[in-house]
Order: sequence, then C-alpha cells, then structure tokens
Amino acid sequence: MISDMNESLILQLAIVLPLLTSALIIATGKNPNVREGVTIVSALVLIYFVFNLYSAFSNDPNQVISALWWELIPGLTISFKVEALGVLFALIASFLWLVTTSYAIGYMRGHGEKNQTRFYCCFAVAIAAVMGIAFSANLFTLFIFYEVLTLSTYPLVTHAGTEKAKKSGRVYLGILLTTSILFLLSAIVSTWVVAGSVEFTAGGVFSPDVDKTIAGVLLVLFVFGVGKAAIMPFHRWLPAAMVAPTPVSALLHAVAVVKAGVFTILKVCVFIFGIDLLPSLATTDFLLYLAAATVLLSSIVAMRQDNLKLRLAYSTVSQLGYVTIGALLASESAAIGSALHIAAHAFGKITLFFCAGAILVSLHKSNISEMRGIGRQMPITMAAFFIASLSIIGVPPAVGTWSKWFLLMGSIETEHYIIMSVLMISSLLNIAYLIPIPFHAFFPNGFTNKGEAEDSAISDVQSNSQIKEAPLPSLIAIVITATGCIALFIYPQPLYELATAMLETRAVNYAE
Amino acid sequence: MVSQLPVLQVILPLMAAPLCLLLKRSTLVWLFCLIVSFLSLLISILLVQQVSTSGPIDYAFGGWDVPWGIGYRIDQLNVLLLIVITAMSSVVLIAAKESIAREIDPEKHVYFYILYLLSLSGMLGIVATGDAFNIFVFLEITSLSVYALIAMGRHRRALWASYQYLIMGTIGATFILIGIGMMYQMTGTLNITDLSVRLAELPQKRTILTAFVFIIVGVCLKLALFPLHLWLPNAYTYAPSIVSAFLAATATKVAIYLLIRFTYSVFGPSLSFAAIPLQTLFMALGLVGIFVASVTAIYQTNVKKLFAYSSIAHIGYMILGFSTGTVAGLTATLLHVFNHALMKSALFLALAAVMLRIGSVQLSSMQGLGRQMPWTMAAIVLAGLSLIGVPLTVGFVSKWYLLVAIIEQGNWVVAGLILMGSLLAVIYVWRIVEVAYFKEPATAQKGDVLEGAAGGSTEAPLSFLIPIWLLVGANIYFGIDTRFSTQLAQSAAQSLFGVSP
Repeated sequence: MISDMNESLILQLAIVLPLLTSALIIATGKNPNVREGVTIVSALVLIYFVFNLYSAFSNDPNQVISALWWELIPGLTISFKVEALGVLFALIASFLWLVTTSYAIGYMRGHGEKNQTRFYCCFAVAIAAVMGIAFSANLFTLFIFYEVLTLSTYPLVTHAGTEKAKKSGRVYLGILLTTSILFLLSAIVSTWVVAGSVEFTAGGVFSPDVDKTIAGVLLVLFVFGVGKAAIMPFHRWLPAAMVAPTPVSALLHAVAVVKAGVFTILKVCVFIFGIDLLPSLATTDFLLYLAAATVLLSSIVAMRQDNLKLRLAYSTVSQLGYVTIGALLASESAAIGSALHIAAHAFGKITLFFCAGAILVSLHKSNISEMRGIGRQMPITMAAFFIASLSIIGVPPAVGTWSKWFLLMGSIETEHYIIMSVLMISSLLNIAYLIPIPFHAFFPNGFTNKGEAEDSAISDVQSNSQIKEAPLPSLIAIVITATGCIALFIYPQPLYELATAMLETRAVNYAE
Repeated sequence: MVSQLPVLQVILPLMAAPLCLLLKRSTLVWLFCLIVSFLSLLISILLVQQVSTSGPIDYAFGGWDVPWGIGYRIDQLNVLLLIVITAMSSVVLIAAKESIAREIDPEKHVYFYILYLLSLSGMLGIVATGDAFNIFVFLEITSLSVYALIAMGRHRRALWASYQYLIMGTIGATFILIGIGMMYQMTGTLNITDLSVRLAELPQKRTILTAFVFIIVGVCLKLALFPLHLWLPNAYTYAPSIVSAFLAATATKVAIYLLIRFTYSVFGPSLSFAAIPLQTLFMALGLVGIFVASVTAIYQTNVKKLFAYSSIAHIGYMILGFSTGTVAGLTATLLHVFNHALMKSALFLALAAVMLRIGSVQLSSMQGLGRQMPWTMAAIVLAGLSLIGVPLTVGFVSKWYLLVAIIEQGNWVVAGLILMGSLLAVIYVWRIVEVAYFKEPATAQKGDVLEGAAGGSTEAPLSFLIPIWLLVGANIYFGIDTRFSTQLAQSAAQSLFGVSP
C-alpha cells in the first residue's frame, strides 16, 4: 500500500518537477551557470523518477499506478496512469532532455543567443507537457497537455524574433491549433457523446456494435486532429519550426513534439479504437495509404532540400509516417514496430540535428552543398552523423533495424503488400538523401571528377583542415546519442519488453 | 433584514446614487461607490445561498400583494445574473479612480459615479423584478445612464457613438414596451408568473404572437445580436475604458437574461418555439454572427473595437446554445454568460491599463508593450487564450458544454462551425500578441498618443493589476473548478424546464 502511494506521488512529481524547474530557471535567470545547473539537476531527478516508475512497472506490469488530480466536469477528469507505452515515451524524453541540455549549453553560448532564460524556461514547460501526455489516463488530459505543449513551444520557435521567425511561428501555431481545435477536440467530444467515455481502455472504448461509419469518421478526425504527427497535408508546421535554435529542433521537433503526435495516434488506435475494431473501419485503409503517401512524398521532398535542417525536417515527416502506418495496420508486430520506432527515430534524429547544429556553430554552415570535406574539421561529428543515418535507414548496427523489421513483418502479416513496398522504397530514398552528406564530408573528391568550382572549394577546405569540433558540452551530447543508436541495437530488450507489454495489457483485459 | 434582501439588492445602489452629490470629492465618492458595490455583491452572494437552499424567493413591494403591487421574484436564473453583475461592477470599480482621473474631466467625476451606480441598479432591477412593466422602467434607467456614460468619453466620436446607441436602444425599448402593452391588453396583468398562466389559456394567439415578435426584436436590439449589433462596436470603443469594461461584462448579459425570461417564463417554450421558427432563425443568426463578427474583428486596428466585435461573436455562441431548446444547450448559454463576463472584463480592464499608460489602444501603439507592461500584457494573453477556449480556462468549459449540447442533437456541421469560429479568435488574439512581443517599442509615434503620455510608459499601477489579475485568476480558477459556475447554470436551466435539480 505504502509503496503504491509512493509511486503515485512519483508519477505526479514527474509532471510537476519540470514546471517547478521553469519557475526556478526564471528565479535564477541572472546567473547563467546556476540556471543551467538547475536544469541539469532536475533533468537528472526526472530521469530518476521515470526510471523508478519503469522499474516498478516492469516488476509487476499488472500493478496500477495512477493519480487523479481533478474532476473538471462529471466523468471528465485530469488523471494519470502509468502504462507501458507512456513509460517508454517518458524514458526517452527525460533522458534526451538531459542530453539536449548539455548540448544546448554549448550551442546557445557558442552561438551567442539572446533571451536564454526564456529559452530554458519554455523548454522545461514543454517537458512537463510531454510528461503529462505520456502519463495521461484519458484523452481529455492528453488534450490539455497537448495544447500546453503547442503553446509552450511557440516562444521557442519564434526565439529569434525576426520577421521570418514570426512568419514560421504563425504557420506553426496556425496548423497545430487549427487541427487540434477543429478535428481533435471535435473527435474527443464526439467520442464522449458516442462512447460515453474518453478513458484509455485496453481493447478500446467503443462497444462492438458501434456505428462503423461514425467510428470511421472519428478515426479520420483523430488522425488529422493530431497535427503533431505531421500527416500530409498538415505537415507544413514542421519545416516551418526549423527556424528555431537547433536544440529546439533536436529535442522538440525530432523527439518530444512529433513523438507526442504519433504517441497520441498510437494510443488512440490501441486504447480508444482497439486493434480489433480498426481493420473493420472503412477509413483505415484510406488513412494507411495517406500515411504511405506522406512517407514517400516527404522523402522525395527531402532529397531536394539543400538546407540541412530542412532536409532533416522532411525526413522526420517521412519517419513519422512509419509510426502512423504501424498504428493503423492494427497487428501486434506492427504496433510493436511503431513503439520501437518512436524510440529508434528519437535517438537517430536527435543525433542528426545535434550534428547540424554543431556544424552551424563551429563552421557557420547550414547548406549541404557547402559541407564537402568538413569531415576533416569535424571528424567526430560526422562519424556520429553517419551512425545516426544508418539508424534512420534501418540497417545494422543501429537501432532503426529493429523497428523497421517489425513494421515490415506487420505489413506482411496483414497482407498490405503495397505498404510493405512503400517501406522498402522509402528506405532506399533514405540512403539517397542521408548517406551522401557524411560521404562527401569525408571524401570530398568522391569517385568521380569534379568541376572547377568544387576544386576551389576543396582547396579552400584543405587550407584550414585543422580540427574544429563543436563546444565540448555539445560534443558530449552527440557522442552519447550516437552511442545510444548502437547500444540499443545490441541491447534492445527493455524497449521490446515495453512495446510488448503495451499489447499484453490489452490481451489480458480482452480475455476477461 | 434577510427577508428584505431582494429589494435591498436594487434599492441600495439606487439610493446611493444621489448621495454621491453630497460627498463632492472624487476620491470620497469613489470609495463610497466601491463600498456600495461590494455591499451589493455581498447581498447577491447571500441571495445565491438562500435560493440554493430554499428555492425561489418572492417579495411583494411595499406589502402590496402580487397581482396588484409589484413583485420581485429571485429564482435560480436571476441569481446567476445578479452575482455576475455585482461582482463585475465591484472588480471594475477598483480600477476606476485612476482610470477616470486620466480620461474624464475632474468636474464630471461625481456625475460619472452617479451614472455608474444608476446603471448598476437599473441592471439589477431588470434582473430582479417579477413585473413586466417594471422591466421596462429599469431598462430605461440603465439605458439613459449608459448613454450618458458613453458620451463622457474623451474622443469626439464618443458623442456620436452614444447617439447611435441612443437611437437603436430607444427603438429596442419601444418595441419591448409595445409588446408589454399588447400582453397587458390581452391578459390584464403585468406580473410575469400571472402572465405565463393567462397567456397559455388564451384562445386567440395572433395579438400574443405580435407581442412576442415585438419583444424578441426589441431584446435582440439590446442584445446586439447580429444583424442588430451596429451600435455596439462604437459604444464599447469610445466609452471611457472603465465603462467599456463594465458594459462588456454585463450589458449584453442582461439582454440574454431578458430573452430567456420572456421565451421561457412568460410565453413558455411551447409558444416561443412552436409558433415561429425561432430556433432555426437563432441558430442561423448565431452562426453568421460568429463568423461575420470574428472576421471583422481580425481587421480592426483599434484593440477595443477588436474585442467589441469579439463580444458580438460570443453573443452568437450564447444564442446558439439558446437555440437548441434543450437543458444542455441552455446550461451552455448561461455558463457562457458567466464565463464571458470574466474574459471580457479582464480584457477591457487590461486595455484600460494600457490606455492609462500609453494613452491609446491602437494596435500600432501597442508595439513592444510586452516588455514595457509585462503583467498587463500577460493578462491580455491569458484572457485571450480563455477567449479562444484553451483547456484549463473558462472558455474551454463553455465550449465543451456547448459542443456536447449541439452534438447530442446530431448537429455535426454546427459543431464543426463553432470550432472554426474559435480558430478565428486565435487569429485576432495572436495579432495582438505578435505586435506586443515581436515589434520594437514605437517611441516616435506621437500622433496616436495623448499629450503628456508619450514618455515613460511603465507597468500599470497596482490598483489596476489587482483587479485584472483577480479576473484572470478567476478565468483559470473557474476553468478548473467548474462546480460553482456549472451548478448555477445547470440549476437555472433545469428550473426553466421544470426539471427538479
């Protein structure tokens, strides 16, 4: 009993702690060293909390760890519950918050950014929102934190305060608020009216005899409503958000915000509709092919981008499509693949963004065409870039291999061969737009003859080929996440166990 | 004493108004008004308690029993309005002293407070009385004092705005009077309870129907329901800031009350909704109103006018809830009456603070205000989020109830349109945010700025920040702890439908 209460307390603390941190950051804003110290200490404490929840959960998956904060409207509560997928998401987010903070210290100081207190403060609020999303026990709680996440990241996107930042901020806020208010909220209210509950329930909340048309429309509303999952045509906000400082792009727009989106979709598919109801809906196939189109189109768009961050952003859009596909395929292996891909893509993409930011800080380059030969100056960064690219593509020895494996298995099991081939083609496209970057960085001459313009560029590079890596805190972060990509390939058991546990709770309850 | 509460509620500010003349000094009068207003608030809190424990209170004026004398009847519906009006009046008055010192000539200060108290007592009278003709009398007391209050605005166009409102308001009041006259002709009574009984018994309906239409149109004029809203934007914009805040929080709410009272208590839902397609009409007008007013709001350069148009849009939401004709819909309307009062009073009071410091509420003159007046601007942002309907604010609670009421009827399209309407709110609120936080302060623009205010714009004084943040706090508190507001609204709606709570 007592340990139960403790865990419930830890669960609530995991959400409140980042909020307290943001207050402390404002209070200590005058002294940057103390301010960053506060962030790092609370990131460590947060990891400790989440890890405690994880170990309590993995010791006894049937134990219910929950907390009820407030009943807003009868039946509609702000409440939290520990559940496998949420633990997975929270583990990733809290661990990467620590790493990103380390990176941000190097980046923000190296780049001489203004308003750093506001930056760290909003960052902490965003993390609190992510924790809230990860542990929310119902759609309503999830919606609240979803909106908090949107609003708290707006100042981060517009951090530069320039006209361009303001415009991007408008796109960002416009798309995310439009979709969430117009589609997600109406989907939630309708679920409430139709099913009488918005609690995440194993096996879904709808009764088996629910009107299939209504349920199908609701599924479309949910998938479009979660704009953070960046399904086309609601993906424009993600490239727009790239105007933000790189640590923001790295943690929020490669990990926290977008993963909150696909996490929501996965949660809705598994715990609102249930993977038994999904295949019987008429709209599921439509959404599957839409997600598949998103995967392919954004990969193609990514190939045409010269700005490294933009290319990575479109790559993210494409990879998010994988998770959505996995959720909509509605088979066990596909759902496991989705959950694994949330983790795998998080480690891979954050590394890539870290590298992009490192190149910007030390060499002041943001376009890929200027990056020939930089492997001599930034060997560690570019090596990390290479490893992370492998993970995104999904080849050993990187963690992306596992998630793609399960996604492919899921598509074969459900006999969606078109989806399967889309996944394969997309992997090839990933190779085409990612691998040339580290390749040209290390081998500026390539295997072919270059024009004169490039020759002069190469001689320029060779003239200053001394090592010029990113600031040390940033470099440490890059090494940690790149190592993570490999470590999780060799040792994926914890991830896999959590992903299967998500479905086991379903199976147990369904058998009852 | 306790049994006299219904009459004290109205009489207290009415009697206090002329007493202001004796006090003469502006500060003293302000203090006196503040005390009177807070006493009224206290009375309405006591009334809420009394009604929720022992049901509606009947009060016979001067001991004359009801069909002959004037009766006051306080039930679940009007306590909600009483508490909104008195609470808003009290909170807004806290900031009045400094605001009118800036905006109104010193020799008019006493008159300002007198008119303020008169309009307060008029609104309370409209709400509290159980007599149809008495409603008209108090309506005129309120209207006349409000016309004069608006005319006190510094801007030359205040006179014109007041004149516009005078014409439109008088037409509305006349229509209401004609309707009441016809009802009296047919039934021989003016008491609301009596009227409802006798109107239902009448065999011949044509005159009654005419009376009903006159009253509805008259009330809608007062309500500023689209397309009868033309008086409102100018009136709110050019009135002194304090008056705008007070009016935005209360005036249209009183008209909503009248609409509900006449349709449900006097004519009865069977006549109101069966005889003419009122529900369809109101639903259409509500929706068009939301879109036209919200889009117009987006293009305003004067922030007060922007929020005035937003008020018209929000009247649309209230009318939508009303048009469902269900308990859930009416609950949503009444809830929004309460919640919208909180949002708009906070916004207009914050604008009063902006007016105090930089002498203008033009969007262009608010550049860089996020740094100069951080607390005021943060309040505008939070109240603006509430206006949009972001979760954990009151705006979200109203929207949720409204959506559930509409979807329960299977009206998916309308539900979608409501949500689109709230997206328009995002646009007009965000225009202000961008100007205030992303533009550099405009120091050279003396054209917009009143003399003596060009330099040194700093944070508003505490007498502003306290009421503003009290209201912003209420926006969040009642967005989380919805028990008080929803219970009030729900029991009022249920009492109108004759369902026991």
